[in-house]
Amino acid sequence: MLDIQNISKTFHPGTVNEKTALNGLSLHLEEGDFVTVIGGNGAGKSTMLNAVAGVWPVDEGQITIDGIPVTRLAEHKRAKYVGRVFQDPMTGTAATMQIEENLALAARRGSFRTLKQGITHKERENYKERLKVLNLGLEDRLTTKVGLLSGGQRQALTLLMATLKRPKILLLDEHTAALDPKTAAKVLEATDRIVERDHLTTIMITHNMKDAIVHGNRLVMMHEGRIIYDVAGEEKKRLTVADLLQKFEEVSGGELANDRMILS
Amino acid sequence: MNIASLLNALPGACAQGLIWGIMAIGVYITYKILDLADLTVDGTMCTGGAVCIIMMLNGHSVGFSLFCAFLAGMAAGLVTGLFHTAMGIPAILAGILTQLGLYSVNLRIMGNKANQAISVDKYDLLVSLRYVKDVAFYQNTIFVVALIIVVLIALLYWFFGTELGCSIRATGSNQNMSRAQGINTDFAKILGLMLSNGIVAFSSGLYAQYQGFSDVNMGRGAIVIGLAAVIIGEVVFGKIFNNFALKLLSVAIGAIIYYLVLQFVLWLGLNSNDLKLLSALVVAVFLAIPYLKGKYFSKRVKPAKKGGASRA
Repeated sequence: MLDIQNISKTFHPGTVNEKTALNGLSLHLEEGDFVTVIGGNGAGKSTMLNAVAGVWPVDEGQITIDGIPVTRLAEHKRAKYVGRVFQDPMTGTAATMQIEENLALAARRGSFRTLKQGITHKERENYKERLKVLNLGLEDRLTTKVGLLSGGQRQALTLLMATLKRPKILLLDEHTAALDPKTAAKVLEATDRIVERDHLTTIMITHNMKDAIVHGNRLVMMHEGRIIYDVAGEEKKRLTVADLLQKFEEVSGGELANDRMILS
Repeated sequence: MNIASLLNALPGACAQGLIWGIMAIGVYITYKILDLADLTVDGTMCTGGAVCIIMMLNGHSVGFSLFCAFLAGMAAGLVTGLFHTAMGIPAILAGILTQLGLYSVNLRIMGNKANQAISVDKYDLLVSLRYVKDVAFYQNTIFVVALIIVVLIALLYWFFGTELGCSIRATGSNQNMSRAQGINTDFAKILGLMLSNGIVAFSSGLYAQYQGFSDVNMGRGAIVIGLAAVIIGEVVFGKIFNNFALKLLSVAIGAIIYYLVLQFVLWLGLNSNDLKLLSALVVAVFLAIPYLKGKYFSKRVKPAKKGGASRA
């Protein structure tokens, strides 16, 4: 479904701030794969998702989504195939617009925007049903401005928007990192439910190793812009947090020292 | 200072305010909806008038002339939009560049003259200084412009409810989100700038007819008047007008209030040369209010507002 071949990206080349974020990275996802991604700070996790989403062009390599070459496709055109939820709850929604307006924008992802009404009566009923799945009571607040919602509600709404029109790839960039543990668990639960229901091909970055082990059918570990460990199926299920820490030391020759990852 | 002279001047101030209200609605589209400060309007506020007057002097109908003024404004907006999106120039600078270039273009349009007059006696004008008093109500400039504003607001209300209009609003609200939802934000910005400048140029066409001439300096400081109208409208009606159409209406009323106040301070004896200084100061103060409020009066914890939702 997703094929990343040998992509590289260097930020600020030729300056003191030069940073090679992706270094010949390759990753292949089958349809329905749910991959969790872990790695230290600056490993290139978010950069990989941004490369797939097309936030900027990659320096080298090819990206193919469901057989469609998208390497040179602009971000807004690629959005047709890609659903995204960001780390910052403010990024995924338009704060000054209503819940239903945000959903209506998402429902038109990938289609040409015309002079037809931006939201129809029929859609509203559908949105109500969809919002019920989140279990947050948003179905009764369709005309509330999104800016009035909490961070968790906004993330849940973003998740719904990303999956409203079935994406070929769902990209989750630490989408629960900014939430408190209880809300994070709720959003993760909704994520699992939606991914399973729609059989979505998903990449989820997380800093929580337990989450990385529990969710999805495959786990990859990144280090210095490359994938250094890739495990799936039964083997992944048997993993423990200690295994992952050890594995990281083995492969990278350093510690996955990061309080945030160890404590959570 | 006699009260009669003030009262006598009020209908004129009202008509002028309404015409600038149309202009302010154009500014509202860029400043409030797209979240861009577009300085092109200082140039387009003359371009529209120049095109309209020259077309009418050449025998075209007032309707067609105003339509062409609208198109000319859209072209100016397109240039600013391309400067900003295709060439990566910051929006404010892109607007200044277009505005400066338009000065020469405006002179060209007016046949290399600084102004072009049109006689209300010889030409069939839609609005004029002379049509403010002692004419049938349907000819009265105040009525005509008010009607135009109502139609304009209705059209904009419809447009910003369409898929295309929503994509412009989303772009102004959150560009990252817009692109993630497949919106071409560059296109949305260009479209918004074109629409805004088209409306400003249309208002300029009306204003040139109203004062009986177009002048190369008629747009100087237009952005400040437009912003003043937007801000006054927001301050006065912000709490009670939540609907989009009513918000546009409050902008138009804001422009009328601006002109009524202007008339009042002139009547009090202010030198008209000092008007622009006064306008600039008034707008500066109003723009500063939200910032100062946040800085000095935010001791109490306020409920989450726009963009600042609490983590829950």
